[in-house]
Amino acid sequence: MFRFITTRFFQSLLALFVVISATFFMVRFVPGGPFTAEKAVTPEILRNLEAHYGLDKPLWRQYLDYLGSLMRGDLGPSFKYPNRTVNEIIGDKLPVSAELGLLSLGIALVGGITLGTLAAIKRNTWADYLASGFGMIGISVPTFVVGPLFVLAFAIHLGWFNASGWYTSADRVLPALVLGIAYAAPISRLTRGGMLEVLHQDFIRTARAKGASEARVVLRHALRGGLLPVVSYLGPAVAGILTGSFVIETIFQIPGIGREFVTSAFNRDYTLVLGTVILYAVLIMALNLVVDIVQAWLNPKVQLEA
Amino acid sequence: MRIRSPLLLGILIVSFGLGGCGKNGSANLAASGGKGTDNGRQIWHVGNGTEPQDLDPQAITGVPEHKLMMALFEGLASEDPKDLHPVPGLAEKWEISPDGRVYTFHLRPNGKWSDGSPITAADCVQSYRRILTPNFASEYAYLVYDYVVGAKEFYDGKLKDFSQVGFKALDDHTLQVTLKNASPYLMKIIGSHYAWTPVPVRVIAKYGPLDQKRTPWTKPGRLVASGPFQLKEWLPNQKIVVTRNPNYWDAANVKLDEIHFYPTEDISTEERMFRTGQLHKTNELPNAKIDAYRREFPEFLRMEPYLGVYFYRCNVSRPPLTDKRVRKALALAIDRESLVKNVTRGGQRPAYAVSYPDTAGYVPRAKLTGGLAEAKRLLAEAGFPDGKGFPSIELLYNTSENHRAIAEAIQQMWKRNLGVDITLLNQEWKVYLDSQHTKNFTLQRGGWIADYVDPHVFLEIWVTDNGNNDTNWSNAGYDRLFLQTLAAKDDQERYEIYQKMDAILVDECPIIPIYHYNRIYAMSPKVKGYYPTLLDNHPYKYIYLEK
Amino acid sequence: MSNAPSPAALAAVVAEPLEKGTSLWHDAWLRLRKNRLAVFGMWALGIIAVACLLGPFVSPYGYEDQNLDLGAVGPSGKHWLGTDTLGRDLLVRLLYGGRVSIAVGLSATLVALTIGVVYGAVAGFFGGKRDAFMMRTVDIMYSLPFPIFVILLMVFFGRNIILLFVAIGAVEWLTMARIVRSQVMAVKKMEFIEAARSLGFGRRRIIFRHILPNILGPIIVYTTLTIPAVMLLEAFLSFLGLGVQPPMSSWGVLIKDGAEKMEEFWWLLVFPGTIFSLTLFSLNFLGDGLRDALDVRSSKD
Repeated sequence: MFRFITTRFFQSLLALFVVISATFFMVRFVPGGPFTAEKAVTPEILRNLEAHYGLDKPLWRQYLDYLGSLMRGDLGPSFKYPNRTVNEIIGDKLPVSAELGLLSLGIALVGGITLGTLAAIKRNTWADYLASGFGMIGISVPTFVVGPLFVLAFAIHLGWFNASGWYTSADRVLPALVLGIAYAAPISRLTRGGMLEVLHQDFIRTARAKGASEARVVLRHALRGGLLPVVSYLGPAVAGILTGSFVIETIFQIPGIGREFVTSAFNRDYTLVLGTVILYAVLIMALNLVVDIVQAWLNPKVQLEA
Repeated sequence: MRIRSPLLLGILIVSFGLGGCGKNGSANLAASGGKGTDNGRQIWHVGNGTEPQDLDPQAITGVPEHKLMMALFEGLASEDPKDLHPVPGLAEKWEISPDGRVYTFHLRPNGKWSDGSPITAADCVQSYRRILTPNFASEYAYLVYDYVVGAKEFYDGKLKDFSQVGFKALDDHTLQVTLKNASPYLMKIIGSHYAWTPVPVRVIAKYGPLDQKRTPWTKPGRLVASGPFQLKEWLPNQKIVVTRNPNYWDAANVKLDEIHFYPTEDISTEERMFRTGQLHKTNELPNAKIDAYRREFPEFLRMEPYLGVYFYRCNVSRPPLTDKRVRKALALAIDRESLVKNVTRGGQRPAYAVSYPDTAGYVPRAKLTGGLAEAKRLLAEAGFPDGKGFPSIELLYNTSENHRAIAEAIQQMWKRNLGVDITLLNQEWKVYLDSQHTKNFTLQRGGWIADYVDPHVFLEIWVTDNGNNDTNWSNAGYDRLFLQTLAAKDDQERYEIYQKMDAILVDECPIIPIYHYNRIYAMSPKVKGYYPTLLDNHPYKYIYLEK
Repeated sequence: MSNAPSPAALAAVVAEPLEKGTSLWHDAWLRLRKNRLAVFGMWALGIIAVACLLGPFVSPYGYEDQNLDLGAVGPSGKHWLGTDTLGRDLLVRLLYGGRVSIAVGLSATLVALTIGVVYGAVAGFFGGKRDAFMMRTVDIMYSLPFPIFVILLMVFFGRNIILLFVAIGAVEWLTMARIVRSQVMAVKKMEFIEAARSLGFGRRRIIFRHILPNILGPIIVYTTLTIPAVMLLEAFLSFLGLGVQPPMSSWGVLIKDGAEKMEEFWWLLVFPGTIFSLTLFSLNFLGDGLRDALDVRSSKD
């Protein structure tokens, strides 16, 4: 186990380096720069701006400089927000997205796995139809429709909540629900599919034949195998959910990091793009590692191979 | 199963249909008569577009930032709340020499920064030195160095000694500025643009070198203001709270206790916040909502002339737009009345000339005339009778619902009226700007919004070397006229030259004017002391709220 | 992405062993026909596809024909599903949009499915260094900034419908690969695979004839999840300038527009939303039915 994790750590470090390097050069080849504006800046001003931010140096030099400051844990200044560093922006906004993410993840896991399991064991009954129907609606109605609908219904029509904001605990309810449902839906479908795969395998028949209660069969035996596809899905899904959703954060005016993933690219805020990419890459790699470990635990036949 | 699918579909339709009920919520809004004070406290909640980049007047570029600057900092001159003409600000009065080249500002003897220290002429000189420092690289430095003697040389690094630049502190409260040329509209820039705003140099220096943008002096608790308000709280992407500045010279006349600025990037979200009473005023209103507001609660709907023009830019080096007859035919074949009535829907004025219909007393006489018949004649003359043989050209616009609708409508008009087929192409904002500045387009949507109220702003950009021309269009006669305006002795003479420039633009059509902007937003009728202005600037000290 | 073989080659690989099992497919078809939901799904999909293909020829309106003075009006005898703000017939725009969305949805999903399944199966089956390398590559691809990637694609290759599939396929196969890999790792140690090995079957035969049929369930489920994601992603790509250009439209773009105007013009959201949902429901019914029909073990129950 220890060897597995250390090997994986060094592999991931290498992958991270590839991600950083590729992103560094990719953003530079995109048309338009941080100072491209509708009212064009004069050539003199552009020259001074580039000197101010060190963009006048050769690209390889900038790359080495960036790697150097990265070693010191410094993600650099933001181009768009002159008085904030990328470290500050991530430090301010990641906790907000993570809080919303954890709430939504709770809703998604509890709701999705319960509904999916129910649908699988009560297959082709009304319970299955309702649970599957929910899953399909959740998949086919996107968050940019559900979000405004919830605001119209619960904030404007019923007056229970504010239309947007992130100040009180009541402000957490609508966004967490919308995001939670968006993830609960695919999780319920994957759980159902995985459970159906497992439920008639030999070891389940054996357990049933030995007289284990149905609940015990489902919870102790079937879920372990049935959740495999869900767990694979969860690696990237959790990374996505913790780093915020562009749509939800925009609709509900939430000061999270999710919006920065998209807007930093649109602003050509080179350092912020890199900062968010690094954050996401680290999460993805860590979570996929966790997923591999959990899968080995869920299914003893799966071995951890480094 | 037979029951199930329709049932699920029903649920779906009901959940979608819920949207239709939203109007009830709006009815509450109308019944309450709109949002007023917060339990008697004068707190104004206002939508402010996007998250501001910074609060340093010399390091910013955008409109949302400008709105905040108007609360926190005052220029040497300020703006009249109704027509925005320059009125005394930090300077209680000023004199302009008879040749128009020397301005003498008399600062208020009781003028103070929000930390209580006096605002001096030396502060002003240091501020202008900062914005002109090459390393500091302020985007708006040109608004200073285009006018002041020696400033450009200093900015280019050719002149090291700032004392030779035309700023002089004659004493603690007297500032003298020497210009390269008489510049009849400079006072308007000084009154309306933050590039000329003095900054608290002493305070900035406490937190880092003066030539660095990254000095963290603009955080709450550090920022020292000169305007009617001071910074209380800045929650990035949530809101910025400003509160009364007791040291402001005119503090007694400031009526609001606080202003809360919300960076409402999504205009649909903003409109919903308005309906739940979280905002007194939105920054914008979604197009689809205009009719609903007009119908159900017109007293909340504001549509005000805004000094800007929406146009299509021609790349005159790409055939067939090399031929001015083609450009003019395209310009004439747009049914602008129908476009503003049915597509933009916000009471915009159809544009038949580039200049705004009434800018500080200037009314352009030039007009696109002749209509469709003339358009067809010109197109035939250019070798494309009824559009036959007209090559397929692309119209480029940046991704946006509104630009798309306008482009789709005009595409159809050209097809029906002239038999000309164009294709549409949308690009993400910065890619689109890059295409514009590298002139990698044939036809391109553009817009130009004035920073100050003078016809100059719409006409200077089509001069040959102007960095914002981007059409490859160059006209020696036009350039000559522009130089003449700089030497004109009074506004009347200047405006007569502008008439000739506008006539050339209408004749040559390097750009196809479409409409002149309106600002469209929702505001509670309980907001008072707020007047429609051409720049959408509303000096805050006059604003107050009813209960 | 670079070490992935071409989609055509992959399709051939996948198809080859399956063609041999005619009786398996024949049995599956018989079972599928008995599943009423699946049959409903097939019919609904068929009707939608035919309507999208043929409807525009029957309609008196074109997708770009505007009537500015008419503007947005609700459903009526003249315009069955109403018109949009430019006075264009919504029905015909939906049908044209369906062509785009179905084409993008199916082909991009097929690309993602093929790459994901083969990639995941190979990584899971061989394990070891090869698996590590392949999965770290997946991690890298997950991490690269998507908007930047899309803009670069356009800058270097121009706008092109093929690029659309590449861009979408490039992101959508990753999770599929991880799901397939984990399933393969679970299945490959089972007795019947060991038996196949001891019989001396080739690896390719073991992967495609013995392992993949046993993990079809999650693959089918995830495929039905991918199709709507792809169709909605297309709307985002249109925002970036890739994808369909106006006045042509797609379901994703129509839904997005409708969402912004739902309070004023409900039909602009309800009809595109309904046809989109109906398509996905049908796909899911069909997918579930297919999964059941292909499940050799459950058929014995």
